[in-house]
Amino acid sequence: MYFKEIFFKGIFAFCAIVSTLALAMICIFLFANAIPTLFSIGVLEFIFGFDWYPLDEIFGIFPMIIGSIYVTALAIFIGVPLGVLSAVYLSQFCPKSLSKFIIPTVELLGAIPSVVYGFFGLVVIVPFLADVFSGVSGKSILAASLVLSIMILPTIILVSKAAIDSVPKSYCEGALALGATKERSVFFVTLKAAKSGILSSVILGVGRAIGEAMAVIMVAGNQVQLPHSVLDGVRTLTTNIVLEMGYATDLHKEVLIVNAVTLFVFILLINASFGLLSKDRR
Amino acid sequence: MNELRTDLVSLILSLAMKFSMATVLLVFLLLIGFIFYNGLAYISWDLFAWEYNSENVSMMPAIINTLHMIVIALSISLPLGLFGAIFLSEYGNKRSKILAVVRIGSDALVGIPSIVYGLFGYLAFVIYFGFKTSIIAGALTLAIMILPLILRSSEEALRAIPMSFREASFALGAGKLRTIFAIVVPAAIPGILAGVILSIGRIVGESAALLYTSGSVAKVASAMDSGRTLSVHMYAISSEGLHVNEAYSTAMVLIIIVFFINLLSNFIAKKLTKA
Repeated sequence: MYFKEIFFKGIFAFCAIVSTLALAMICIFLFANAIPTLFSIGVLEFIFGFDWYPLDEIFGIFPMIIGSIYVTALAIFIGVPLGVLSAVYLSQFCPKSLSKFIIPTVELLGAIPSVVYGFFGLVVIVPFLADVFSGVSGKSILAASLVLSIMILPTIILVSKAAIDSVPKSYCEGALALGATKERSVFFVTLKAAKSGILSSVILGVGRAIGEAMAVIMVAGNQVQLPHSVLDGVRTLTTNIVLEMGYATDLHKEVLIVNAVTLFVFILLINASFGLLSKDRR
Repeated sequence: MNELRTDLVSLILSLAMKFSMATVLLVFLLLIGFIFYNGLAYISWDLFAWEYNSENVSMMPAIINTLHMIVIALSISLPLGLFGAIFLSEYGNKRSKILAVVRIGSDALVGIPSIVYGLFGYLAFVIYFGFKTSIIAGALTLAIMILPLILRSSEEALRAIPMSFREASFALGAGKLRTIFAIVVPAAIPGILAGVILSIGRIVGESAALLYTSGSVAKVASAMDSGRTLSVHMYAISSEGLHVNEAYSTAMVLIIIVFFINLLSNFIAKKLTKA
């Protein structure tokens, strides 16, 4: 009986650290494959190289890094104001009878698979852009950003709303008592108090936007180039992997693994800043 | 109302909020409406035929593969996650090092992009462990992906069980192990189930991690064969561009499935808060 208790405790402990072991395994597999390749082609040439000709073994992923940053930044620029304002409305102004329907709807929006968003972008947003700006295909940074901004909306709305909800009511009431209108009280007092929570929702959104591959691949055009306008096609770090992994061999395949590691490091940095922020809040 | 009219800032803020909310809902309605409008128009029994071929892009094999994938991934991930959660909530104390390490590990796993999972799965399961491109390689990759989700939601559910349950069991002379399996875990089942259903949602929606691990062969696959899930199927037919009409219907089916999964987890969560 005693032995059984100890034995099971061991099993439970092992299961608890499996997730950490898995993380270690992911790091080992990716870094072990990537680091030798990275040094053989040169760190600077790889990261700051403008040219990507895998068949001639010229590998520079700078256009992809820029592409990822452009697409993500624009998505955040569009999505965050819409999301945060909606969150404020849902949390402070929306009548209960209405928010009862809106919140499950937003949750559902967050659960829709990314390929469906990509498909929607492909059949609605891309033709729309091609119509409005004549002479372009519509597959562009703008299309990708619009799709991504829709995709990050649920995250931003739900996380920001939770942050605003958790601000004590007395803050806002204090401002109201001083004669401020409800809107002013909420925006200049409650919202200020929820700042770090809202910031973490933005960081989560950035993480999702940078990591997204399947929706972007369908609407971004995928050309390797430094874009000159938001209507140019672009390739991101994620889509580069999906596009070329299917037929890559030898060094080309190794380089795509390095590409994934670059993305991985990007995400770890974003998560680390998220961790720091939430520690601040506590 | 009168003072609102005199205060321009308040008016602008109020309008901006309502405009944002309306835009969000409008986009949502447009998305769902557009896909359902076209999806309903082109849906037919042929799309649920048992065989896929280039004339009839049936989604039935993909649906069966998805179910297959869910069963394998969950049967790996659920015991690991649940047992791990038992350790964290019943054995670990708040100060323990293991707790902090597991937190960091599972937080980091949640943030990794799915294409990175896909590449890892390809390197580890497809090549290193020699599973080739197969359902099992995909399921193992997904199992790691949903592990933190199951671990954390089970832990929350176990922690929510009042201490008095355990004390009553101990008082009757039951050992720790018996208390856990006879009292604590059964009481926490709704919460655990909600986490499981959310993970099923993630498996159904995932495509990037599966492209190079389970592959995209469009037939009913056994565990060691390559097969596409519904999301990969959706990606394949929409990027080929030959079957746009069928893609609408497939997208509709995918949304309906996700909708029901969501409804179920909300229902269970609500039941949990009532009890």
